[in-house]
Order: sequence, then structure tokens, then C-alpha cells
Amino acid sequence: MITGSGKFTIGGLVRVRTGATDYHCRTPDFLKGKDGVVEFIVGKYPNPEQLAYHKPGLPKRELYQVRFKQGDIWPCYKGSGDDAIIADIYEDWLEQTPQETYHD
Amino acid sequence: MTESHDDKDDHHQDELGHASSYYVILEEAIRVLLIEKGVFTAQEVETQIDGMDSRSPAVGSMIVAKAWTNPDFKAWLLRDAVEAVSSVGVDMNNQPDLVVLENTAEIHHVVVCTLCSCYPRAVLGVPPAWYKGREYRSRVVVDPRGVLEEFGTYLSDAINVRVIDQTADRRFLVLPSRPEFTDGWSADQLEALITRNSMIGTAIPLTPAQLKAETATQS
Repeated sequence: MITGSGKFTIGGLVRVRTGATDYHCRTPDFLKGKDGVVEFIVGKYPNPEQLAYHKPGLPKRELYQVRFKQGDIWPCYKGSGDDAIIADIYEDWLEQTPQETYHD
Repeated sequence: MTESHDDKDDHHQDELGHASSYYVILEEAIRVLLIEKGVFTAQEVETQIDGMDSRSPAVGSMIVAKAWTNPDFKAWLLRDAVEAVSSVGVDMNNQPDLVVLENTAEIHHVVVCTLCSCYPRAVLGVPPAWYKGREYRSRVVVDPRGVLEEFGTYLSDAINVRVIDQTADRRFLVLPSRPEFTDGWSADQLEALITRNSMIGTAIPLTPAQLKAETATQS
């Protein structure tokens, strides 16, 4: 199992946190509340939610490449069952997916 | 845009005599103010514009053709795109990280930025207008196969479509599959088959037959 210095590991199940922000938000809204799998640990980058306001964005945050099944994002999705969306999501927007709710 | 402001004529017109748009005037006003305040110089603006103009899909085509003809370069490109493209003269200083995704017989990648207009400018230049438009950005994530069909790209259900929603920290270039019937072609010959859209993922490269037909129409 490959781990970075962050909370999640490659292959780990994650859920994007819900909630709105009244400031710059890097997490795409359509992925909030959705479950995905960590494909790759990208590394640490300055927090974009602070960079947007000319702050240093420190400490840096762990960034993850997460793969979501299209059928989990859009209930009416018409394409193949293995079609996917991939996005980079910051650690503070991710939480562990409760195991029993995820069907691979 | 670079004309002197000695004349007192306040009508903003381009070289064809069209009145400037609101945003053109706004850009000029802000640029002139920032130069006057010493934030940057006019030369620095020109250098940036020159740098942007020197980047175009031709850079991406050169990289893809090299990957198609040189397995070691392809492996390097997929492992560390920043190092690999720097080795062939692409200036990656002050650029976001670059990642290259390989299309295969099983997986087709298509790239979007749903939040704004992030694009691998270092290797593709300035994005096309549709890439920045709301229609493409909102629809390609919901119905990628439908959007690809509008680009004339029909994928079988056996191929998995992966939509990459790229953001500011990392930019993605698609390495399309090499078309059939190109055995023995040189990298220079192959470059003509590699379109900008095939490196965004909304299309696949031209076939030799399509290239021939296109060349015939143009001549």
C-alpha cells in the first residue's frame, strides 16, 4: 500500500465533503458528497482557498487524484458502467467513505 | 495595443476601425496603470505575450510524434512529463505541473476544466474558445460520449471514457493512440495527423486517408 504523508492511501475509498464556502472553493460542486477511489497521491501544494486572497496558503495541503464512477455522480448516466471522472481534490475536502455504502 | 498614446484622439479603434470592446478598453486601462505604478514594465508584458505566442499545438504534436516513434521517450513522458518535455526544448519554468495520459484500446481520456479554463498552455498554447465556454465545461462531464459525438468522435461501449477535470496545480495532455497504417512513418510525417483536439481528447488523430483527403481539399 502506497502512502504519502497524508491521511489517505492509494486505492482507499473517500467521500468528498459537502458544504458551501463563502470564499474561493477549488472543489467542484458536482463532486461534493460523492464517493471515489484515490488513484494517486499528487503531493503537497499551497492551499488555493488562501492563495486566492494573496495569502501564502501555508501549511501546504495534501492533494489527491480521485476517480469517481460516472454512474455514482449522475444517476441518469447513459454511457458504459466503467466510465469515470478524475479530479484532484485537497485532503481537507475528503473523508473516509463508510465501507458498507460503496459498491465496486 | 502597443501604439503610442501621443494622439489626443480618445476613440478606441482597432486597425480595421472597429470600436474597441469594453474589455479591451478595461485591459488597456489596467495595464497602463500597472506600468505607471511600476508593478511591471511594458517590455515584460511584451515578453509574456511573445512567450504565449510561441506556444501552440505544434509543440504538443511534436511531443506526441516523438512518443509514438521513441518508446524510451514515451515511457519518460508518462513517468515525468515535465522532465521529458523540457528535454526537447519546452520551457517549463513557472508552469504548472504537466501530466501526460495515454489513450489505449481500453481507455479514452478527455480533458476539461469545469471551474474555469485551466489548459496545458506550455504544450498547446492558448485554449480554443469552446474549451472556455460554459456549454463544453458543463456538458462534457455529464454526457462525454454525446459531446464527443458532436466532435465527430464515436467510441464503442467497450472503451472506458475518463473525463479529467483539471485544476490549477496540474495540467493534462492526452497522448492519443497512433493511427493504423502508419508503419514506417517518420515523426515529421506523423505530426500532420496529430490535431489539437486529439490532444484534448475530444477527437482522435487523423487517419492517413483523412490527411490525404484534407490535403487534396486545401490544394
